[in-house]
Amino acid sequence: MTTAFRVLGLLALVAMALIPFLPLGAAQEYIWHVIIQIFLWSFVGNAWSLMGRFGLVSLGHGAFLGVGAYATVLLWNFYGMTPWAGVVLAVLLTVALALVVAYPCSRFQVVGHYFGLVTLAVGEVVRLWIVAERDWTGGSLGVSLKTGGTASGLWTLQFADKRVFYYVGMAAWLFGLWVWWRVDRSMARSAMEAIGEDETAAASVGIRVTRFKMGITALSAALTALGGALLALYLAYTNPDTLSGIGVSLRIVFAVVLGGMYSLLGPFVGTALTIALSEYLRIYFGIKLIGIAETIYGLLLIIFIIFLPAGIYGSIRDALFRRRPARSSGGVAVGAASS
Amino acid sequence: MLELSQVTAGYGAFTALWDVSLRVSSGEAVAVVGPNGAGKTTLLRAISGLIAPRAGRVTFEGAELAGHPAYDIVAHGIAHVPEGRRLFPQLTVAENLKMGAFLPAARGHFHESLERVYTLFPALAERSAQRAGSLSGGEQQMLAVGRALMSRPKLILFDEPSMGLAPVMVLRLFDLIRRVREEGYTILVVEQNVRQVLKLVDRAYLLEVGRIKMEGRAADLAEQDFVRKAYVGF
Amino acid sequence: MIEPIFILEAVVNGILLGGVLALLALGLNLIFGVIDIVWIAYVDIVALCMYGVYFLVTLYGWPLWLAGLGAIVIGAGLGVLVHLLIITPILSSPPINQLLATGGLLFFIQSVATLLWSTDHRSVRVTLPTIEVGGIFISFSRLLAFGLSILAMIALYLFLKRTYTGTAIRAVSQDREAIALMGARPQRLYVVTSMVGGAMAGVAGALLIIQYAVHPYFGGAFGPLTFMICVLGGLGNMVGAFFAAFIMAQVISVGGVMVSTEMGYVIAFVIFIVLMFVRPGGIFAKRG
Repeated sequence: MTTAFRVLGLLALVAMALIPFLPLGAAQEYIWHVIIQIFLWSFVGNAWSLMGRFGLVSLGHGAFLGVGAYATVLLWNFYGMTPWAGVVLAVLLTVALALVVAYPCSRFQVVGHYFGLVTLAVGEVVRLWIVAERDWTGGSLGVSLKTGGTASGLWTLQFADKRVFYYVGMAAWLFGLWVWWRVDRSMARSAMEAIGEDETAAASVGIRVTRFKMGITALSAALTALGGALLALYLAYTNPDTLSGIGVSLRIVFAVVLGGMYSLLGPFVGTALTIALSEYLRIYFGIKLIGIAETIYGLLLIIFIIFLPAGIYGSIRDALFRRRPARSSGGVAVGAASS
Repeated sequence: MLELSQVTAGYGAFTALWDVSLRVSSGEAVAVVGPNGAGKTTLLRAISGLIAPRAGRVTFEGAELAGHPAYDIVAHGIAHVPEGRRLFPQLTVAENLKMGAFLPAARGHFHESLERVYTLFPALAERSAQRAGSLSGGEQQMLAVGRALMSRPKLILFDEPSMGLAPVMVLRLFDLIRRVREEGYTILVVEQNVRQVLKLVDRAYLLEVGRIKMEGRAADLAEQDFVRKAYVGF
Repeated sequence: MIEPIFILEAVVNGILLGGVLALLALGLNLIFGVIDIVWIAYVDIVALCMYGVYFLVTLYGWPLWLAGLGAIVIGAGLGVLVHLLIITPILSSPPINQLLATGGLLFFIQSVATLLWSTDHRSVRVTLPTIEVGGIFISFSRLLAFGLSILAMIALYLFLKRTYTGTAIRAVSQDREAIALMGARPQRLYVVTSMVGGAMAGVAGALLIIQYAVHPYFGGAFGPLTFMICVLGGLGNMVGAFFAAFIMAQVISVGGVMVSTEMGYVIAFVIFIVLMFVRPGGIFAKRG
């Protein structure tokens, strides 16, 4: 990145940090709400893209979101466990789930279509199980976070002031970017790209295929679970359809693809666009045209996959920097891979 | 019947044939011989439409065929027995032959053609319900030839038919091709096994590194040094 | 303890369910086996055909059997449309892109359906009797659906085995160049395959609407299940999918009776995941 862009980036960050203190009128809580959603969902999107960019296209990340969210909420609701501990446990639980699924997939070279479908099944299992165990999960009605009442906000991680979550969200988002950037610069990236291109060849030069795949999957799952927990804490409510299942999984994928799977800021751009679009449509159409946002999403996803596989941000960036596209990884289409 | 005029063809950035011209007259048996990598397979693929020539003309019975797709060229009467047989391994012998008669014109005469093929190759008749993938090398080659015959072609292209066959089978194979020729088909064979194929055909061309180096009657070419020294036949 | 008679009833219902699931899986498998692309949105197309039957019957007053035939035509048409507009441009794209494109289609169909027809559940009011055989109650519509799906599968089998086009469709999946040398156009064969796959979806839709209500997210219920069955039987393996469908249907049906409906599905999915690891190619793996 050139110095000019660095400075610009820094300025943008500062601006973002200052937004909660700007007088934005009556709608300010709403604006914060939208931005918090963007932060948290792009954090999740970045986590997904850690796998997606290497050809491990998961259509079941809703499972990780769901386990992260539900574990955190239920541990608080039933055992009064502070979310600080609850989130940690939730993440560990999710990683365990991820490893259980990733191990056989990695060892038996379950890739491409098969992998997508297996992850889809996993996502559905989690959702169905949440609904089935309605006695304590609340089933399709979801479960609300019990109020902390008089207990300290920091202990229960429940805050009346949205702005706290604004900074929590922003911190999470930045953390996610940092992790992505570290992975991008690490050995893991070269190894994963080699694996994506030719697993057998990679193994024959000594790359521990299974270990890398599982590692990336665990990392992606852990971050996603964290995102799910934060979302549940913020919204103080969780529901099997908003935080698990194929719908939300596809929405994550779509946002990342729209923005660009192979770039650092791609998920952010894509998420910002999709959330902004859906909010705009909601304001404009009100309750009249339910489903219009998703209709447009679906259409855009199809069009983007066909014409712009590198996504909006990715394509613009490639064009601006005239980078040679990174060699296909896992057989994925064009797109230089780092910011 | 068939005339190639200064055909240049290749794959991507690589050119395999340069300015190749040859002709095959109706009823003739012609061979194209040459070492590995000479471009022989490319030549046949350019004729049958699997690849489009970059330059030059391919004329068959007056029709310009260069650049036409494969499914169109076979309709004009050129059948290609591909390198490596290219059978449909999961389909049975009978089904492979049925596919050979896919063309509307061929379908009408399906039973007649089938009879003919089974008479020529009784081994196929015995194995008609067997999966093509489980046949022996020799049987597979027979099936590939039979399949080509099902389309009722006028010209048959043979691409390295002896490849991968045991020596005994090779002799039987050329015998087979001779019988096909006797049935009245015009044939163009591309082969590495020079000695055997020259016994079979009327005329031959020598293709080396994408260009025609020599041409003549088979008997004359058989006397040439290159046959005796450079290319080992059995 | 559950009385054995209920388990028996569950087994029978499982068989009946298996028939329709097998039909769903076959259509999807046909397309994957030949064109090598998984239509994530397949069951949503089935849902569209269900809507088709619904509207033909309730809005236009068509008799049910005619609407069923209409659904087949609708399905075939949708199959061709999807292939030409979405599949053809991404034929040589990496599998990821293909999954995402058909995933986008799923989104699109579900939301257009919500937009046009709201989330209301719609069912075709058919009063078909319930038959009693030796203490077991079987709904006639289920029996009918089972019988017709078997017929449809036989028809598909005959098409693929006996006709020139059907055999050519099997051939093109084995060697695309060779079939072109026989005079068949691979692109055309793909279109026909998609058309037949779509027609199967139409049949499935017609058979499902007499048993279930349709709503925009119907695909979410049956979709993952169908994929699971296909993968279990070996993606592309028609016979495998057939048996996998019946096995899964039994698990769902009996599990549903013994524990709860949702748990029945959960067990089925878990078994799927476990089996994937034991035999990643599918129980009856033939293709890679």
